[in-house]
Amino acid sequence: MAVAAVSKYEFAPADTQDKFHGAQLLYIGWEDHLLFCAPFAFPFPATMRFGDVVAGPMQAAFGYHPDFAQIDWAKAEWFKSGKPFSPDFDKSLAENGLKHKDVIRFRTPGLTGIKGSCS
Amino acid sequence: MSTVFLALQTNEETRPIIEAILQDNPSAVVDEQPAMVKINADGRLVVRRQTIEELTGRDYDLQELQVNMITMSGNLDQTDDEITLFWKA
Amino acid sequence: MDMTVAKKKLGLKERYAVMTRGLDWTPSYQKMEDIYPYIAYEGIKIHDWDKWEDPFRLTMDAYWKYQAEKERKLYSVLDAFTQNNGHLNVTDARYLNTVKLFLSGISPLEYVAHRGFAHAGRQFPGPGPRVACLMQSLDEIRHAQTQVHAVSNYNKYYNGMHDFHHAHDRVWFLSVPKSFFDDAITAGPFEFMVSIGFSFEYVLTNLLFVPFVSGAAYNGDMAAMTFGFSAQSDEARHMTLGLEVIKFILEQDPDNVPIVQRWIDKWTWRGYRVLTLVAMMMDYMLPKRTMSWKESWEIYFEENGGALFKDLARYGIKMPQCAEQIALEKDHLSHQAWSTFYNYAAAANFHTWMPDEDEMEWLSAKYPNSFDKLYRPRYEFWREQAAKGNRFYNKTLPMLCQTCQIPMIFTEPGDPTKICYREVDYKGDKYHFCSDHCKAIFEHEPEKYVQAWLPVHQIYQGNCFPEGTDPTVEGFDPLAAVLKYYNLEHGRDNLDFDVSEDKKNFAEWRGQATKNI
Repeated sequence: MAVAAVSKYEFAPADTQDKFHGAQLLYIGWEDHLLFCAPFAFPFPATMRFGDVVAGPMQAAFGYHPDFAQIDWAKAEWFKSGKPFSPDFDKSLAENGLKHKDVIRFRTPGLTGIKGSCS
Repeated sequence: MSTVFLALQTNEETRPIIEAILQDNPSAVVDEQPAMVKINADGRLVVRRQTIEELTGRDYDLQELQVNMITMSGNLDQTDDEITLFWKA
Repeated sequence: MDMTVAKKKLGLKERYAVMTRGLDWTPSYQKMEDIYPYIAYEGIKIHDWDKWEDPFRLTMDAYWKYQAEKERKLYSVLDAFTQNNGHLNVTDARYLNTVKLFLSGISPLEYVAHRGFAHAGRQFPGPGPRVACLMQSLDEIRHAQTQVHAVSNYNKYYNGMHDFHHAHDRVWFLSVPKSFFDDAITAGPFEFMVSIGFSFEYVLTNLLFVPFVSGAAYNGDMAAMTFGFSAQSDEARHMTLGLEVIKFILEQDPDNVPIVQRWIDKWTWRGYRVLTLVAMMMDYMLPKRTMSWKESWEIYFEENGGALFKDLARYGIKMPQCAEQIALEKDHLSHQAWSTFYNYAAAANFHTWMPDEDEMEWLSAKYPNSFDKLYRPRYEFWREQAAKGNRFYNKTLPMLCQTCQIPMIFTEPGDPTKICYREVDYKGDKYHFCSDHCKAIFEHEPEKYVQAWLPVHQIYQGNCFPEGTDPTVEGFDPLAAVLKYYNLEHGRDNLDFDVSEDKKNFAEWRGQATKNI
């Protein structure tokens, strides 16, 4: 459907990639850990190594949770837009097929939050 | 029938109005909450000018109720003599 | 009190007819469509504007008289409040955070509503609705002003309220109420009337004003109670008009029914999402609780809204579909919202805290299906950490819903352990949503919502720092720069209530008020 309008209705979208000073947005959520109220939004260069995302910004964002230190990354399950996804930690975001405003989630089997409450 | 309601501020002006409503509406039930009175009735609730005038001993214009009304539910009809709240279904 | 009634020459019905009909004329040298350019494009068909009737039959002369009476009452109470150091009579200083939320989140909307109704009134060719819109437009600016006046007494003593309008236009979570109303006033005049007049005023406003005002009274806040009731006395009239708007449009033409139904579906959901703030206020921010969010939803939406939609069924209007999802969320909404503000307490203009043990008991009793299982363990962990000096302040920005602009905090309908993710590809870009309903709203008018000013994205684009900020310098602290842009002072206006100046001052001043020091 289109907007009902009195004349031509065309405006530029507010969040195209060109507006992020060379970065692209990546959203990351940790399943079963709702102590973090929502998935995070990060601006990263497309050339950033996936493993560096995990070790740097993700450690900083999720590290408060006692489960984070116990994650066995070899067992983590990843999803992109809800579908299974196998990131290569040594490759860049772009090489892993991640584009501007993509959303990924990870599940950490055996770790289900504070007292198993998914918090 | 669905419930209609009228909520008024709790004060000296509304005391006789609430009394009048209870007199005129056998199904009306009062629910007192902090600083307000909610009057629930089954399907229909009438506020009558004449009853209020009898209880207060003065002329009353039903539009004065605007000052003390908090909220209501139902279709409304107001005349010189009555305010009616009602559901049709 | 001087309320004597002048001898009436005309009855109420006649007076209403004389003062709201025949006031217009048929233009001779201008085309109707040039004078009323916005009346046709939404697809609504009106055949007889005179069928519009205000059931209160209020005319402008009576309007001024009763509004003046309301103002006299309000300002005498406010004077008494100030003269008696009323700010020290609230239950405890945590309560004041509801006032901050109200002033920065709701009062600016009253002002926008004033503009919206002035605009809608100008666009309608019928004098009946024009008069009704004029009154409501005046009511709304009165609400904005009286709220600012009432709360200004608190601003003399407590933090976070000093620049509420600046905050409304900038602070991340305030984009939720702001964008809601911007969405409404940028729609056509009929959609505006259905969105604000009907869906917000009739279906949802009770959930905002009744618990808030009654809660204010229960917590000893005479100022908020008084402005609240004074505003609410107008709301009763707005609600009646909202219902009449719907009935009038539906009776005019059967083609209007599906358009109106879509608007009701959209705006009930949009309004409900905004009320997330009210849910947490009721369950967490009132030191003395009146009723739970869930209870008030059941009374004012399920029971009362149920009666309303049963009544409207004769026009072919149905209860909005989103009601099913809302019913599933009522055990979770306030807890998910409070967790969010606890997370982002460093970036808000009010304080948050963890409920004490008694309050946890209350929550557990009111929410037996969800609280102990899902939320208590989280809160106990946060409380333990805070006691160890490790209070959780989430410093990483959240992903937002493109439509309601709330962080993606809501869980899958039926599974409160999984965040609900929805997305749409539109013209080469991805858009994300918190729910099927926000997604459907976007899909109907993507051109509108791709323009959304999402605070998180705006921060990353570099648009939310004070002028002259260089985010590339070594050691740049984005949160500090954003707080400066919000005109909030770190350590004073934000963070946990426990470490706040408000808490310390209130205790000290209350002590002084009861002792001879």
